[in-house]
Amino acid sequence: MSEPLRIAVPRGALFGDTLDLLDRVGIDTAELRSDSRSLLFPGERVTIVTMRPSDVPTYVEAGAVDLGVTGKDVLMEQHERVVYELLDLGYGFCRMVVATRAGDHFADELERRLGAVRIATKYPRIAARWFESSGRQAEVIEVKGSVELAPISGLAEGIVDLTASGRTLRDNDLEVREVIADCTARLVANRVSHKLRQQEIDDLVQRVGEQVDAR
Amino acid sequence: MTFPIPPGTRDILPDEMRELRRLSNSLLETFERFGYGEVSTPTMEYEDVLVQGDERAAGASYRLFDEHGHVLALRSDMTIPLARLVATRYPGAQLPLRLCYVSHAYRAVRPQRGQQREFLQAGIELIGADAPGGTVEVLEVLCAALDAGGLPRARIGLGDAGLFGGLLKAMNVDGPDGAAAMEALARHDLVELEERVAALPITAEQKRTLGSLSQMRGGFGVVERAIELAGEEIRAPFQRLAEVAAGLDRRGLADRVIFDLGLVRDLGYYTGAIFEVYDPALGHVIGGGGRYDELLGRFGLPLPACGFALYVERMHVAQAEEERRAEGQA
Repeated sequence: MSEPLRIAVPRGALFGDTLDLLDRVGIDTAELRSDSRSLLFPGERVTIVTMRPSDVPTYVEAGAVDLGVTGKDVLMEQHERVVYELLDLGYGFCRMVVATRAGDHFADELERRLGAVRIATKYPRIAARWFESSGRQAEVIEVKGSVELAPISGLAEGIVDLTASGRTLRDNDLEVREVIADCTARLVANRVSHKLRQQEIDDLVQRVGEQVDAR
Repeated sequence: MTFPIPPGTRDILPDEMRELRRLSNSLLETFERFGYGEVSTPTMEYEDVLVQGDERAAGASYRLFDEHGHVLALRSDMTIPLARLVATRYPGAQLPLRLCYVSHAYRAVRPQRGQQREFLQAGIELIGADAPGGTVEVLEVLCAALDAGGLPRARIGLGDAGLFGGLLKAMNVDGPDGAAAMEALARHDLVELEERVAALPITAEQKRTLGSLSQMRGGFGVVERAIELAGEEIRAPFQRLAEVAAGLDRRGLADRVIFDLGLVRDLGYYTGAIFEVYDPALGHVIGGGGRYDELLGRFGLPLPACGFALYVERMHVAQAEEERRAEGQA
C-alpha cells in the first residue's frame, strides 16, 4: 500500500480554507496556490486533485479519489451517493433557505388558490424533499445561473438557495422565509478506501479533527 | 438502425463473454472443490414467498402479474430463493447442505451510476452448520474464490449484525432515537451519528463508546480493544467475532480479514457475522454475505445458515484493473 492517498480539493469558495487546513496538518499546498491551471498535484504521500465541489461526491463514490472535501449542501443534493461522511470541518458556513420577495405574500396566496408554489433552485432535490417533508406541494424549476432572477422576472414565486451573509438576497429584494439546513464543509471518504487504508485515513482524520477542534 | 435496451442492462459480446465465462467457471470449480453443488432456481418467484423471507422481499423491484393475477417478482438476490428451495426440496436432508449458484438477479438502479438492473452473482449457501465453524468454512471458500478470481489483494470486512443494535439495547435506547442513530451509521454519516448519539439519554462514557466503536476497524486487535471498551455492556457479538477469528487463524486466513465493528448490511435477515468484500483496484464493494440463522425458520425449517454472493461483473472489472496495475509495475 505505498500508493499516495488521493484527496479531492474543491475549487471555489471552500478552496482557501481547505488549503489552509491541509497546510496545518502538514500537507504542502504551495504548488496548488501558485498553479491555478493544473488539476492534479502528485506527492509522495498525498496526491491532490482539484475539481468543482459538486463533482467531489462522484469521484469519491467511484473510488477515483480516496478522500474529498465538499459542502454539506452538495452532499444533501446528492444524498443517494454512497460516501462516508467523516468530519464536519467547521468552515464554509452558509444556510440553505427558502426566500421570496420581501413583503410579498403572493406566494402564500398562490399556494392557497392554486395548491402549489413555483420554486426556482439550483438544488432541485433538496427543494423537492423540503416541500414534500413539510406536506406542501411545489413545482420545482431547476435553473443553472443566478437564481435571484426568478422571483423578479416572474419565473417563480420563491427560491431555494444557499446564502452566506444574506447580502445577495437583500440586494435583490428577497427575504428568508424558512431555513432548511446549516451547511459547512465536510470531509468524505470512499467506502472501500475507508476499510483498506484504515491506518492512513484514521491518522489524517485525527490530525484534521484536532485542527478543527482547536479553532 | 440502432435499437435501445433498458438502461442498466447490457449486451455481452464474445471477447467479454469469454472472460466472464472463464471467471464464472473458476468460481464454480472452487465451490465444487469444497463440496458445494450447483443449483438453479426460477428468475421469477411469487412475491408473497419472497416477502416470507424479508419484509421488503430483499429489495425486489420488478413485479408482474401472471395469467391468474398472481404477483410475480424478479429475484433481487439468491439467498431467499435458496431458503425457499431448501425448505421445499430438502426437508429431511442430511446436514449440512452445501449449495452454490451463478445466477442473474435484478434490482432498481439509480441513473448514471454504472449500476446494473441485471447483474450476475456467484455465491454459496451453507445450511445447517452453526457458528463459528460454519462461518469460518464460508469465509474459507470466499478466500479461495477470490484467489481463483485473480484477486489475491481483496480483503473481507467482517462485522456482526447484532453489535451496534445490541449495544443500544443494552444501554436501554430504543424507539425512533435508536433507529435514527442506526440509520446514520448505516449511511456512515459519522457527523450525523455523533449528533444523534449526543442527544441520547445515556452517560457521556456510553456516548464515547458508541462513537469510537462505530469507527473501529483493522486487525483482531480492534475486537480486543472493543471488548475493553464495551465488554461490560454486551458480550455475545464479541464472543462470536473472537470465535470466528480463532478459526480463521487456524486456517492461516487471519490477514485476509478486516474486523469492522461499524459494519452494517442493509438486508434485514442477517443475525450474526456479516461481511463485505473489497479490492484495492475498485471503489465499489464486490460482494457480501453473512449468517442468517432465522431465515430458514421463516420457511418452516429452523436451521442455521451462512453464505455469500460475489458480483461477477464487478470482479471482472477489478481483475482487469489488477492486471493493468501488475503490467504497469513489471
